[in-house]
Amino acid sequence: MNNFKVLTNGLFKENPTFSLLLGMCPTLGVTTSAINGMGMGLATAFVLVMSNLVISLVANIIPDKIRIPSFIVIIAAFVTVVDMCMAAYLTPLHESLGLFIPLIVVNCIVLGRAEAFASKNKAIPSMLDGLGMGLGFTISLTLLGMIREILGSGKAFNYPIFDENYGMLVFVLAPGAFLALGYLIAIVNRIRKTN
Amino acid sequence: MGKKLESNFTNMVVVLFGVTLIASAAVGYVNELTAEPIQAAKQAKQVNAIRQVIPGEFDNDPSAEAWKVQTADGGELEFYPAKKGGETVGTAVKTYTNSGFGGQVWLMVGFHPDGSIANYSVLEHKETPGLGSKMNVWFTREGKGSIIGKKPGTTGLKVSKDGGDVDAITAATISSRAFLDAVNRAAAALAGDADAASGATQQSK
Repeated sequence: MNNFKVLTNGLFKENPTFSLLLGMCPTLGVTTSAINGMGMGLATAFVLVMSNLVISLVANIIPDKIRIPSFIVIIAAFVTVVDMCMAAYLTPLHESLGLFIPLIVVNCIVLGRAEAFASKNKAIPSMLDGLGMGLGFTISLTLLGMIREILGSGKAFNYPIFDENYGMLVFVLAPGAFLALGYLIAIVNRIRKTN
Repeated sequence: MGKKLESNFTNMVVVLFGVTLIASAAVGYVNELTAEPIQAAKQAKQVNAIRQVIPGEFDNDPSAEAWKVQTADGGELEFYPAKKGGETVGTAVKTYTNSGFGGQVWLMVGFHPDGSIANYSVLEHKETPGLGSKMNVWFTREGKGSIIGKKPGTTGLKVSKDGGDVDAITAATISSRAFLDAVNRAAAALAGDADAASGATQQSK
C-alpha cells in the first residue's frame, strides 16, 4: 500500500465507525451535539497519531509477550496528556466530554490500530494510518452529532435552524443515538455497495 | 522490519520498566505544565459565576472573604460575601443537591441582603440533555419558572406539583425539585447563619 492509500483507508473504506464498528461507546455517548462529536474525534485522532508513531518506533524492542501492556501504557500516557491539556486550555469542551476523554485509553480503535498496523509498519505510514483513522472517526462522530443535534434540538453547531420546541427529544437521548447510527450505517453501506 | 527482542524474563522486566518510567515521566512533566492553567480556569469560572449572580457592583474580593459551612449530610456550602464600601450588597452561595436525576447538581446562587434571590448560575450537573439540563435558563427572569426575586427563607421554594409556586421544567420534575432543593439549602443556611452569627461554623478559606 502506498502512503496515500494508507491515509484514505480510514476515511471511508475502513471507517472505524461505519465499517469496522469500533469505538461504539464514545460514538453513542458524546454525540449529543456536533461540536462534542468533533472534539471527541479530534482528541482521539491526536492520540491515534502519536501512539501509532511511538509504537511503530519502539515495536522492535518490545518483547512479544508484553506488547499489549506496553502499548496500553503508551496510549494511556498520551490520553492523560490530552486530558490535562484540554482541562487547561479548552475547559468548556472538556466539561461536556467529561469522562469520555480518559476512556479513549480503552477505545478499541487505538489499540486495534497499534496492534494491526503500527507494530508491523514504519513510522511514516503508521502516522498516516493514525491520521486517516482519526479523521474518519472525527467525520463520522461530527456527522452523527450534527444529525442528532438538528433533529433533537433544532441546532447545528449551536446555530439555531428551527425552534427548539419542535425538536424530537429522543434524538438527544440514548435511543436516538442508536437509531441515528443504525440509519447512518445502512446509508453508508448502501453507498459502498453501489460503488 | 528487524528482529524482535526475545521474550525472556530479563528483557520483559527491563522493557516494561523502561516503558512505564518514560511514560510516567512524560505525564508528570505535562502535569507540571498544565497544573497552573487548570487551577486558573477553575478560579476564573468561580469568579465569573460570583460576578454573574451578585446584583450591582462590589469592590471587595468575595473569594478572599469566603467562609464555609458544613451541612448535616457531610457536604459543604461556600459563602462569598460581596461588599461595597464595607456594606454587604449580596452573598453568593455555592450550593449543591444530591437528588438530581443524574446525581449531584452544583449551583451558585446570589442573594440580596434581604434574602431574596438575585440570580443563579449552574456550575455542574449531569441532568438529561434537553430536559433537566434546561435548568440553566428555565428559572431565570426570562425563563418560564422564574425564581428571581423570590424569598425562600427557611421554608423553601416548591414546584407547583408539590403545592409551591414555581413551575417545574416540562417533563423534568425531578431535576426541578433537585434544583430547588439546592437553592433552599443555600437559603436556609444563609438565613440560619445570619441568625446565629456565630464564629463557630465559620472558617476563613
